[in-house]
Amino acid sequence: MMENQFPIRQIIDVNGKIALPEYKEKMTAELAKKFYKQMIRIRTFDRKAISLQRQGRIGTYAPFEGQEAAQVGSAMALAEGDWMFPTYRDHGAAIVFGHSLSKVLLFWNGRNEGCIPPKGKNIFPPGIPIATQIPHAAGAAYAERKRGSTSAAIAYFGDGATSEGDFHEGVNFASVMRAPVVFFNQNNQFAISVPISKQMNSKTIAQKALAYDIPGIRIDGNDVFTAYFETLQALERARNGGGPTLIEAVTWRYGAHTTSDDPAKYRDQVENVKRREEDDPIIRVERWLKNEGLYDESWATTVKEEAITEVEEAVKEMEAFPKADPADIFDHVFAEPTWQIAKQKKEYFDLIGGEI
Amino acid sequence: MQTAVKVKTLTLVQAITDGLDTMLQEKEEVILLGEDIGKNGGVFRATDKLQDKYGEDRVIDTPLSEAGFVGAGIGMAVNGFLPIIEIQFLGFIYPAYEQIVTHASRLRMRTMGHFTVPMVIRAPYGAGVRAPEIHCDSTEAIFTHMPGIKVVCPSNPYDAKGLLIAAIEDPDPVLFLEPMRLYRSVRDEVPDGKYTVEIGKAKKRMEGEHVTLIAWGAMIPEVMEAAKAVKEKGINCEVIDLLTLFPIDKDMIAESVQKTGRTVVVHEAHATGGLGNDILAIINDTSFLYQKAPVERVTGFDAPVPYFGFEDHYLPTPERIKHAIEKVIKF
Repeated sequence: MMENQFPIRQIIDVNGKIALPEYKEKMTAELAKKFYKQMIRIRTFDRKAISLQRQGRIGTYAPFEGQEAAQVGSAMALAEGDWMFPTYRDHGAAIVFGHSLSKVLLFWNGRNEGCIPPKGKNIFPPGIPIATQIPHAAGAAYAERKRGSTSAAIAYFGDGATSEGDFHEGVNFASVMRAPVVFFNQNNQFAISVPISKQMNSKTIAQKALAYDIPGIRIDGNDVFTAYFETLQALERARNGGGPTLIEAVTWRYGAHTTSDDPAKYRDQVENVKRREEDDPIIRVERWLKNEGLYDESWATTVKEEAITEVEEAVKEMEAFPKADPADIFDHVFAEPTWQIAKQKKEYFDLIGGEI
Repeated sequence: MQTAVKVKTLTLVQAITDGLDTMLQEKEEVILLGEDIGKNGGVFRATDKLQDKYGEDRVIDTPLSEAGFVGAGIGMAVNGFLPIIEIQFLGFIYPAYEQIVTHASRLRMRTMGHFTVPMVIRAPYGAGVRAPEIHCDSTEAIFTHMPGIKVVCPSNPYDAKGLLIAAIEDPDPVLFLEPMRLYRSVRDEVPDGKYTVEIGKAKKRMEGEHVTLIAWGAMIPEVMEAAKAVKEKGINCEVIDLLTLFPIDKDMIAESVQKTGRTVVVHEAHATGGLGNDILAIINDTSFLYQKAPVERVTGFDAPVPYFGFEDHYLPTPERIKHAIEKVIKF
């Protein structure tokens, strides 16, 4: 029933054929090529990060490969001045919205500097405890509405997050306050190892919007066009006082939850291979471009080469970053250090022979 | 020439209302969030008539969701507002504990000061008012333990207003504990308008050279009564009202215990892991060789705060405090 009430919206199908012709005019070559470029960029980043982790050059890493369409489409719909509240698996979206690649790598290499967004970019540090960033997005968005601006917020979260209290409290708060926020769920169907069937009896995540009387939209999360246009529309509604929207982007992560687990233990990897072949978000755009006669092999090669260069540069920058300064443990707990922190810092620096 | 500051006589809860009013007036960014704080003026009337005066846009009745509105408050604080959040009773704060200790208190550190959370969380705490169960907790130590948040607790109307204003102006999150037992039990002259009581500074309520008594909030009247009772026997107590529970005023403690060499710490929270232990550590670190007796602690028991039928047994009383004073004197 609920699957019928919340059908999966799809603008292009897995074969790259247009499924909703009313979008035809808006689907320009320029837009599609931007999507493609961003998806290649973040996939290149993601693969490099895994390899860096394997070589011990960064710490544990949470890969997002397979979810590029959802992250690129939604992040490209944002405007300057909007707020982004990502999780630890949404740095693809954060990069698309303007975060620096080397800073994101720094975060995964255990440094606070990686949580500082570039100037003018309202990107929160990744939400680590599940769903806790959702009330923040509601609050930041509400603050925008209160001061009469048209900026909005987007909160990212996974399927498992919708079982958490913070999801319900945050969405309810936003709904009551008509906060301009888009709750962008990436339903990759697994919360680490637990499949969605054990996570909820609800047939969809989008239906959870019904309880809060806000629009709930279910989309093909591997179709970047749908992710983009639906987020754009939800943001538009938010900016015009229409309140929040819940978007469920149905997708799949190819890899592990993090580099610390083996998905073969909990998931049928045959399904994984099949999805890669049949439903890859990047291949889908490639097919559409080919169907439209817009695909150019040498352009695609250039895009891939540029992405590799950019990522390699970011790795160099991350690795050239000055070593962690122990003073940073003490200096940012409060605006002014308390006597406890000042004392501990002094004692530690006396011990290691450094200068405060 | 000095202009005379107008004063008014207020109860502790009225002084809090006055402090909120003063800051709502002073700063556009100040915004109040909480359950029943609007039309109802809060279950203790701490926000009485403030919604009438400042509107529903600034004094906001939130849904029943401690994690939700503390979390949303963090989002608002990061985005330019100064939220003052009322938690109806400290015993109901736990759903928001994660938001407080993993986000509010940590965001400055995580982002090296890029995002900060100038937010005040107000919470009535403590037993002694015949309240239903879970309404009587005094769990300040689970907050003082966590880095990145300050914890304060006044014991009279003057300090309540000044400390609240200081908390609102503090660039970091502050948990403001309100002794509900003292909400209406004392009246005090409170200056009109804005003034602050410095965070991190304790105050002496009584000077003496024999024993140092350290307490805060609702335990101050109990300690004062015990101090007055032993004075008749020739024991002169020095009473320190901490006011700030983190960061504690270690200098005043050290100065006093070096003079007296005998200390009794009183709190209504449980003994194990309680703040009394941190005070002991301060005495150990600053004044070990001055001590003439082991420090005594008079606290609530290591049992859940009981139903109010038992609270007179659970709470430290002047009798128990007197007993501890005599013990450190006789040692």
